[in-house]
Amino acid sequence: MHQAYRHQLGSKTYEFRNLADLMAKATPSRSGDRLAGVIARSAEERAVAQMTLSEVPLKQFLNEALIPYEQDEVTRLIIDEHDQAAFEPISHLTVGDFRNWLLSDLASSEMLARIRKGVTPEMAAAVSKIMRNQDLILVAKKCRVVTAFRSTIGLAQRLATRLQPNHPTDDMNGIAASILDGLLYGNGDAVIGINPVTDNVVQATRLMRLMDEVIQQYEIPTQSCVLTHVTNTLECIEQGAPVDLVFQSIGGTEATNSSFGFDLSNLAEAEQAAQSLNRGTVGRNLMYFETGQGSALSANAHHGLDQQTCEARAYAVARKFNPLLVNTVVGFIGPEYLFDGKEIIRAGLEDHFCGKLLGLPMGCDVCYTNHAEADQNDMDNLLTLLGAAGCSFVMGVPGSDDIMLNYQSTSFHDALYVRRVLGLGPSPEFEAWLERMQIMSNAAGARLNDQLPAVFADSLTRLPASNQTDQGAIHHG
Amino acid sequence: MADQANTSQLDASNGVTDNPWRLLRQFTAARIGLGRSGVSLSTREMLAFQLAHAQARDAVHLPLDFDALSQQIEALAAECPLLGDELPLHVHSEAVDRMTYLQRPDLGRRLDEASRVLLCQEHQTPQKPFDLALVIADGLSATAIAQNAVPFIRALCEALEHDDQGWNLAPTILVEQGRVAIGDDVGELLNAKAVLVLIGERPGLSSPDSLGLYLTWAPRRGLTDARRNCISNVRPDGLSFREAAHKALYLLRESRRLCLSGVQLKDRSGSLEDASEGDLIGQPDQQGDPRSFLVT
Repeated sequence: MHQAYRHQLGSKTYEFRNLADLMAKATPSRSGDRLAGVIARSAEERAVAQMTLSEVPLKQFLNEALIPYEQDEVTRLIIDEHDQAAFEPISHLTVGDFRNWLLSDLASSEMLARIRKGVTPEMAAAVSKIMRNQDLILVAKKCRVVTAFRSTIGLAQRLATRLQPNHPTDDMNGIAASILDGLLYGNGDAVIGINPVTDNVVQATRLMRLMDEVIQQYEIPTQSCVLTHVTNTLECIEQGAPVDLVFQSIGGTEATNSSFGFDLSNLAEAEQAAQSLNRGTVGRNLMYFETGQGSALSANAHHGLDQQTCEARAYAVARKFNPLLVNTVVGFIGPEYLFDGKEIIRAGLEDHFCGKLLGLPMGCDVCYTNHAEADQNDMDNLLTLLGAAGCSFVMGVPGSDDIMLNYQSTSFHDALYVRRVLGLGPSPEFEAWLERMQIMSNAAGARLNDQLPAVFADSLTRLPASNQTDQGAIHHG
Repeated sequence: MADQANTSQLDASNGVTDNPWRLLRQFTAARIGLGRSGVSLSTREMLAFQLAHAQARDAVHLPLDFDALSQQIEALAAECPLLGDELPLHVHSEAVDRMTYLQRPDLGRRLDEASRVLLCQEHQTPQKPFDLALVIADGLSATAIAQNAVPFIRALCEALEHDDQGWNLAPTILVEQGRVAIGDDVGELLNAKAVLVLIGERPGLSSPDSLGLYLTWAPRRGLTDARRNCISNVRPDGLSFREAAHKALYLLRESRRLCLSGVQLKDRSGSLEDASEGDLIGQPDQQGDPRSFLVT
């Protein structure tokens, strides 16, 4: 079963222990694989591994499980859900052929949708390892994945945003202030999603109600989410809280997920409970998953796999539950997994490609931490590349600075920048709302109104009396 | 209406559009109401961001003054008898320096050999088992520890002293180049029933001083995050010391009662401020919570 893979280069024979070893050695260089001790020992070994991997038949991935079937429920999910009929058109290809096929005109958007259930995460990861950044962009752009709840995500020439109004003490008015800022900058059509400071059912419920009231009062075609543990969200639903989306961080191995404190049955139970609330208007996708390369190794649950392959396997977990949104939080984990801007950019493009190829509504938290070798220019590059690749959504954080999670993501301004440069609109329901509310004069062209719409100016008049010192400037008339 | 036009119009002289809702910054340190040049940041805001990033980058590499910290804890022990009269113990992870620490989290999670020997000796002479070990690790922000560790421990000791059960604390352990999981290593060697790690969180642009708290019941090497409870963002402008101590006491009591920690231990402590949220405005909704200014 675990055959070795060999490649002759001149007088030198390279040998790779098994498919997992070959995949790891073929992976473009990154610090997390070095940390795990699975990285290629030289640039030549990496290039040879890529050549060797390109000759592996796609069928081999169905025969050689990287983590044994008996040991891991994610492997079981991947194997049990594999669709042989969907696989049929590509079943004769090697990994290298698969790259050619994906780039060719045979792989239309319709064809890519037809085969997606026949592609396993390992096949997607393998082909991505021998694709250049431009290949990852070109093929992802052809993959169309449309999902909906109260807004529609993933249509052509659209880019949605998660409005992320986090506050270090979950202060209601502090969060509301960031929500207003985001809405007035045309952000929030993917979700208004809060990371609470502590995992607590009482607080999660309070935040859900805050967002629900805002969404209802202004009739915003979007959905809310508190990014708390799935078991908390389930408890919130049982207590009657207004739950739109169910959140969970997920990983690509059973052991990673148990380190996160859940298994597949928890996700199924929570999805079913949230579906029973019937809160969607234009669709029923209601799961929101976050992923990121390095989480499996961080939990010491990677089984000797490289981090990008583990990441792709997480998409099998996501795919099972028809999510509205899947977000790879690419630079959050830190420099021990993705060292610098170059590694973060490559990982963001890989994750987006693999997710889209597997049929997921893939977005990306284009981000970095202050201990990584990265800066705003790197994020500008990745954001622009993902916009070109047809990324479903990105984050919108006030001024790029998440004051609760202590990292930098894309800002409300950044979303408008990329929409303007690439001619991308928000989700159609939200676009109409932005114009109806007079926030934008031309939402498709990312053109903001210069005036504060009266309905929002009114909300400023409700500020506490003690804090109205400089409010005369707004409404002394 | 003429006033409104004045408030948010594009300034034709410099191309910058100001945002009148900037006054909402009274509620948040978030960078809201930044205004714009077209849809982009103005020069002033863009450069202010660059400065903040430069300062946060510098903070990551600032070393913690362990001697000063040790002295502060000794001084605190004079007013908090729970801390006992044993001196804090200074130990080191296997990460020899900051660059190693940044790239090798596995080394930051383990004590080096000399430290293990030191703690094993400590364990030779316990009069009775420790209910709790406090572990202070520099993590990614020495600033967080230098400014916030001692005030938090003071608040925690006050809370523990008022508890109806006794708390036998291990000597305070100070860890250099430590990550969260090193608390489990320490707790296991001291044979403590629970460990609370105080660690400098990754510095944010607007919060280079954020302290994180991690609780593990029955600590031992190799436990995952699923076995820990976290209280984050403890600092004067975040979760107050008193509030953090309140939450920590709740988790410690529940952990001790149920003999577990992590995802099975839910934080239902509520907030000390629940009874006094008068600064929130609007009418309470049907559940009795105050509404935000955005909702009528």
